Amino acid sequence: MLVAIGIFTLLAALFGLLLGYSARRFHVEGDPIAEQIDHLLPQSQCGQCGYAGCRPYAEAIAAGEVEINKCAPGGEAVMLALADLLGRDPVPLDAAIAGEKPKLVAVIDEVRCIGCTLCLQACPVDAILGAAKHMHTVIASECTGCELCLPPCPVECIAMLPLPQTQRTWKWPYPDTARPAIATQQEAA
Amino acid sequence: MDQAARQEMPQVTPRRVWAFHGGLHLPDHKRESTGRPVRPAELPARLWLPLQQHIGEPAQPVVSVGDTVRKGQLLARPKGAISAGIHAPTSGTVVAIGPHAIPHPSGLRADCIELASDGRDAWAELPEPWPDFEARDPVELRERVRWAGIVGLGGAAFPSSVKLSPKADLPVHTLVLNGAECEPYITCDDMLMREHADRVIEGARILRHVVGARAVLVGIEDNKPEAIGAMQQAIAASGDARIAVVVVPTKYPSGGERQLIRVLTGAEVPSNGIPAQIGIVCQNVATAAAVADAVVRGRPLISRIVTLTGEGIAQPCNLEVLIGTPARDLIAQAGGYTPRVAKLILGGPMMGFALPHDDVPITKAANCLLAPSRAESPTPPAPLPCIRCGRCAEACPVELLPQQMYWWARAKDLDKTQDYNLFDCIECGCCAHVCPSHIPLVQYYRYAKTEAWAKEQEKRKAEQARQRHEMRVARLERLESERKAKLRKKKEELETPPADAPAEDPKKAAIQAALERAAAKKAALAAQGVAPRNTGELTPAQQRQVEAADARRQATAPAARDDED
Repeated sequence: MLVAIGIFTLLAALFGLLLGYSARRFHVEGDPIAEQIDHLLPQSQCGQCGYAGCRPYAEAIAAGEVEINKCAPGGEAVMLALADLLGRDPVPLDAAIAGEKPKLVAVIDEVRCIGCTLCLQACPVDAILGAAKHMHTVIASECTGCELCLPPCPVECIAMLPLPQTQRTWKWPYPDTARPAIATQQEAA
Repeated sequence: MDQAARQEMPQVTPRRVWAFHGGLHLPDHKRESTGRPVRPAELPARLWLPLQQHIGEPAQPVVSVGDTVRKGQLLARPKGAISAGIHAPTSGTVVAIGPHAIPHPSGLRADCIELASDGRDAWAELPEPWPDFEARDPVELRERVRWAGIVGLGGAAFPSSVKLSPKADLPVHTLVLNGAECEPYITCDDMLMREHADRVIEGARILRHVVGARAVLVGIEDNKPEAIGAMQQAIAASGDARIAVVVVPTKYPSGGERQLIRVLTGAEVPSNGIPAQIGIVCQNVATAAAVADAVVRGRPLISRIVTLTGEGIAQPCNLEVLIGTPARDLIAQAGGYTPRVAKLILGGPMMGFALPHDDVPITKAANCLLAPSRAESPTPPAPLPCIRCGRCAEACPVELLPQQMYWWARAKDLDKTQDYNLFDCIECGCCAHVCPSHIPLVQYYRYAKTEAWAKEQEKRKAEQARQRHEMRVARLERLESERKAKLRKKKEELETPPADAPAEDPKKAAIQAALERAAAKKAALAAQGVAPRNTGELTPAQQRQVEAADARRQATAPAARDDED
């Protein structure tokens, strides 16, 4: 009896030490779940979810503070991916952000721009180039279409334009089950 | 094995061939367009050269509007490693560089260089011909191939110089020349081999030298006896024992790269891999001929053979066409459309796509203009539900599971389609051809593929945006902490007073000191009985004035006066 108690106490102490050691030795910096969530988010940093960027929203989801349906640019696809990752039930998209938008890019009207640099400060990904009293321009390949540069502009010279479709961005359409073949579809078009 | 190639022609080389899974035996419809020899197409008045005729980055124009160019002159240079340059197919003037209709399934317009020909067809100065290619360094030859803007002419249009760049860890032992031309109706490679077998063999020898292969296997389907004969004759004439023609049974799609390699060598290219991983490089016969032109004659790729066929074309034929010639011009030269024409397809009936109109230029990848009649290309009936018969899996030459991929593509589950190796699908159309429910299977796969690519692209962009955002946040934090540090320093400087400095304003202190000195002096004089001299011996009038002034002073500041008195 005493021997058994002794053995188990010893084992408990041993495992406790082992666990304590590994907790220190293999310590993971940051929250890996938040990291994974962050990688699913579209990184437009638009703040439409009510958080100051994708990372804070990811951390809030990881902490269980907020629903997974607040990401407007990600839409349903991101919501489903998040549900899949977190093992939660899919929820309908938040009413405030419902309705998917096409991909947009900011374009500055160079005639009207007064070079105030306010949009430069608003851009979360440094995609606007310019200096005080010099014309600003958007680096289109870096623009995430978050629209955060629109409100600060005092002369409303920024427009959000849909990305033009090119040979490289064109996608085959989902087959129209009523009119199946490629050739027939194009004939109809 | 090489002795076999040196047998008397036109005897067929007895060589073992392997079979690939699935495939179809289709009516080949090749006779229609092989009746006449290849003839050069007429010089077009206008040519449109799309900047993107190949896989990879579009070419970068090096000419501007208004420039006069000569035949063979570089118009656009390759941008990046995977890209191909574009040369002037004839002499003339650059009229415009801008959007024009291109042969693409989207029907979109894209940037093209528009060239007005001057009719003289005058050559530019060309690089030195290298008939002694065997003495040349492969690197030099590869550079020449890149200069010539050569891409895979079998249809994929992948820049050839990239395919010819060896990987140090993947030595190449065999060069496969693809002359199978398995798709019905198309005969451009057949005609090239019949008429220019010597150029193809020359190109094969150059390519073999460039990749460092030992043997060359030329795979030709057995429905092209004339081409087989011509090629064997050309091999015998060249006296090269390391090139062998291998006759392969006619079965669609034996002209697929992986399928032909399987048929000729029995080897399987790994999934998601390239033939170089098993020591093989595969090139189309027309690409080989273009390489010979570039190296031995110093000519860039500016023309190709195009098959015009189908019941919708009056005189089916093969034309030697300058790249950039509008399809409309070619159809006119083939006798125009017949009343039976139903549509116009670029490529073959299995893998080609319908063109919305014929005002599109011929590109390097365009091998065939097919104008079928309604009978040849009937509109498929509306699809019925899948009955899970499994015929698609039997027909698939890649041994995929078309039905599974169909379900997942239909459900838009892209990850699952990739679990079933969607990206190994060559879009040959065998599955859709045998499907008793007429389901447009290839359409689903194409949809899923482009969708998956777009997702991948989005992911990359998101990652880029995330990094930029993180950099920005880090920068703002650094600036803020720098600003705070500066402020703190300044504040500290103000808070610690210098040890010797007066607490008060020095000016005030000086005034105070002066006042004190004056008061002390006054007091000292008064003590000695010395009064100010100007108050003695006053006239009565002056005395009155002094009194009046004293009264005023008393009225305004009585307290001060009291103190002083």
